[in-house]
Amino acid sequence: MSTLYLARNPRVAARMLDGEMMIMSGRDSTLFTLNRTATILWQSADGSTPLDRIVEHRICSEYDVPASQALNDAEALARELAGHEILRISNEPIPEPAALGGDRR
Amino acid sequence: MPVRVNTSDPEFLRILQQGYAGFVSGSAHPEIDFDVEITPPLQDEPDADVEVTQSGGSWRLRRGDFRAEWEPSRRRGWIRQTANPFAIDSVLRIVHSLVLARQGGFLLHSASAIRNGKAFLFAGQSGAGKTTISSLAPSDAILLTDEISYVRRRDDGYVAFGTPFTGELAKVGQNVSAPVAALYLLGQGAENRIDAVEPAEAARSLLSNVLFFADEPELVQAIFHSAFEFVERVPVSRLTFAPDARVWELIG
Repeated sequence: MSTLYLARNPRVAARMLDGEMMIMSGRDSTLFTLNRTATILWQSADGSTPLDRIVEHRICSEYDVPASQALNDAEALARELAGHEILRISNEPIPEPAALGGDRR
Repeated sequence: MPVRVNTSDPEFLRILQQGYAGFVSGSAHPEIDFDVEITPPLQDEPDADVEVTQSGGSWRLRRGDFRAEWEPSRRRGWIRQTANPFAIDSVLRIVHSLVLARQGGFLLHSASAIRNGKAFLFAGQSGAGKTTISSLAPSDAILLTDEISYVRRRDDGYVAFGTPFTGELAKVGQNVSAPVAALYLLGQGAENRIDAVEPAEAARSLLSNVLFFADEPELVQAIFHSAFEFVERVPVSRLTFAPDARVWELIG
């Protein structure tokens, strides 16, 4: 499995309220509520931290699950979030774009 | 927000004056000047859904029964539409939603009324009970709208304004305003009751009832954050009601 990098899509708006991370697509105004793992991925998606390190430091420390399974699940989830244009994913570090100021966590 | 409508069709003007009674004035300083041209039914895509796009500082609005353009910097625009007053009504709703989005406000699918100097909003999609709760309002309640509430942000909170945008009651709201005291998410049931709503659920419900037509990321983000700021400042509850005027004993 190659290294995967995640970055937040600057065209979405995000807000944490009462422990729930909500995201609104800037493309079609669809509203998403992220589960705990998706929230961890969103919060850690800085474009420079590889997914395996996010899984090791943020997910394995929280869930009692083998690292390899956690990484597989996290990658599948990251790709799903990318499919909704919530995250951008790449095999290379992702430079930070000019933000729209959408994240007000 | 005063809007001036220029048309050479006296019958269309008369229909507007009648439909927007109470909201018509001779303001010499309109925020927007619209030149309205009445045309035969547009032949291409007569049933097309609304489409709102921005290009070069202008907004273009189109639907099966109208085409319109609005240039905010010049405060001018034009509308080409059939003589159907619902077409200009839709254009005005869209334009107001765009203006409010930049100001921290929004148009909301909700009835609203003033009681004891405070405004109460009753939100829900079609069938939720907006018309019913409006028709059950006691005589001391001032109806702002039975369909689309106009909510503006002020430094100290939010203010709801009356609108001429009607629903099934087809009754134009009164042209007055009051600070928003509460938002109720409507539901119908066997008894009248108010239940607390978690903040996240309140924000989700509010967003699902906000009228917004443009897929402009910057404005979508503005609306999103406005909804959260609203639920942080205004109490949001679920109002379940039987079709019974005693529900208003819980309001105000």
